[in-house]
Amino acid sequence: MAQTRIVLPKTAKKGEIIEIKSLIQHAMETGHRRDNMGLAIPRHIIKSYRVTYAGEEVFRAELFPGVAANPYFSFTTVATVSGDVVFTWEDDRGTVVTETVRLTVT
Amino acid sequence: MAMGARSDHARVDIARRRLLVGAGGLVLGPCLLPLAATATPEAMDAAVRQVVGTGMVRPGRVKLEIPELAENGFSVPMTISIESPMTAADHVRTIYVFSEKNPLPNVVRFHLGPRAGRARVQTSIRLADTQRITAIAAMSDQSLWSATADVIVTLSACLETG
Amino acid sequence: MRRSAARLGGLAGVAALFALAASAPAQQRTSARELLSPELRAMQDDDARNPGMLWVEQGAKLWQTPDGAAAKSCAGCHGDAAASMTGVATRYPAVDRASGALLNLELRINRCRTEHMRAPPFDYESDALLGLTSFLAHQSRGLPMSVATDGPAAPFLAQGKALYLERQGQLNVACFQCHDDNVGKRLRGDRISSGLATGYPAYRLDWQRSGSLHRRLRACQLGVRAHQFELGAPEYLALELYLAARAEGLPIETPGVRK
Repeated sequence: MAQTRIVLPKTAKKGEIIEIKSLIQHAMETGHRRDNMGLAIPRHIIKSYRVTYAGEEVFRAELFPGVAANPYFSFTTVATVSGDVVFTWEDDRGTVVTETVRLTVT
Repeated sequence: MAMGARSDHARVDIARRRLLVGAGGLVLGPCLLPLAATATPEAMDAAVRQVVGTGMVRPGRVKLEIPELAENGFSVPMTISIESPMTAADHVRTIYVFSEKNPLPNVVRFHLGPRAGRARVQTSIRLADTQRITAIAAMSDQSLWSATADVIVTLSACLETG
Repeated sequence: MRRSAARLGGLAGVAALFALAASAPAQQRTSARELLSPELRAMQDDDARNPGMLWVEQGAKLWQTPDGAAAKSCAGCHGDAAASMTGVATRYPAVDRASGALLNLELRINRCRTEHMRAPPFDYESDALLGLTSFLAHQSRGLPMSVATDGPAAPFLAQGKALYLERQGQLNVACFQCHDDNVGKRLRGDRISSGLATGYPAYRLDWQRSGSLHRRLRACQLGVRAHQFELGAPEYLALELYLAARAEGLPIETPGVRK
């Protein structure tokens, strides 16, 4: 499973806007590069990145080959209730990577 | 190098661009830029039309922060922020990013909503060449707002083959 | 004055070059980090954004993972890396007392695997070895480089220094001509650093992934159209020791972000 790295506060006050930053290890192969033999390296990219918080979607990104390798995203969300923040990346070969982080809201 | 929002449409001076890309003396290593067919401004316009339909896109409200000079086209940091209360009644729904010179005109799309609290996203994108990047925000009231930024892409010195 | 010294042939000229190359103290040398754009420097400095941290995390996981016929993990012998590995990277490359071989972190990790874990060595440029090496070097981030240059290290240091000063390749350029004489100047879109190597394994944008110092040295040699050595080659190890000595007193930055 691809290595991920997610940074968000462990706790937040209700109503506070928190910033969430994430990285995932992925070559994001465009399909345009050629190897030493001149053969095209097949495209292999993450297509979608979806974040839910306490079951509701709070952020979604559609990725195209123009997103840099090892995609980084930073976005914000309002702290509402204590719950799981679930991060899901899906690539163009059907592989899914999921990470879950607990957010405590006081 | 200062990063600033630019919504003016001034074109980069071509002579200056050539001078910057060609400067440096020693020529070390082959060019790593993809040699595939690149998108044209027409392809980008078609991609934009596909997304906004007949809606009118107005420059403004969107702040597109990207370095004027990208040190490496493989990864260029980008921040997009839009002034919006991000309430249920008034918020940014989608942000679209387009390229006029990459092999594909669509770069990335962000879907936000009232849960975001603030319309501000960051990522890093690939730029195949010196070009103009366009960001379009679709709001909950169906209005469309845009910003553009011109980026010069330079080449590194010690490149590898393959 | 330096240019005329470079044109001298013979031992006198070489001795003069040795003196010149060693003359600038480490504190005057410029890490590539100082020459990055503000955006890329910010990327390196933000652990949440620095892509090299993905490999550090991968290394942290591997540190805990039992492997090999002995079914041991690194942690099984070395415990918590934050405690036991702090400062270790500042002393590498180092001569292994038992074998007399010069080892960098990569080779030391693989030697532990084969000798103590009875596990196969990782490929030099594999994510696994990059991860463990990044993780170990990261435990010394901010600490000053301090490799031994005397005793058994001395002959390796001399070899590395000679390589650093030797003109090579079709372009007939020596390392010092860029990394001592032209630091801060532009080479295509790059600004030349002092070649301190304190950020390695580094996330190099050109590679779109983390990579080793030896991979970077191969790219340098390709750039001047010189014969490239293999990853892990004795020439690169000796050169790595010399670069580490040149970086004496300067902080480890791993994972660095480079172009």
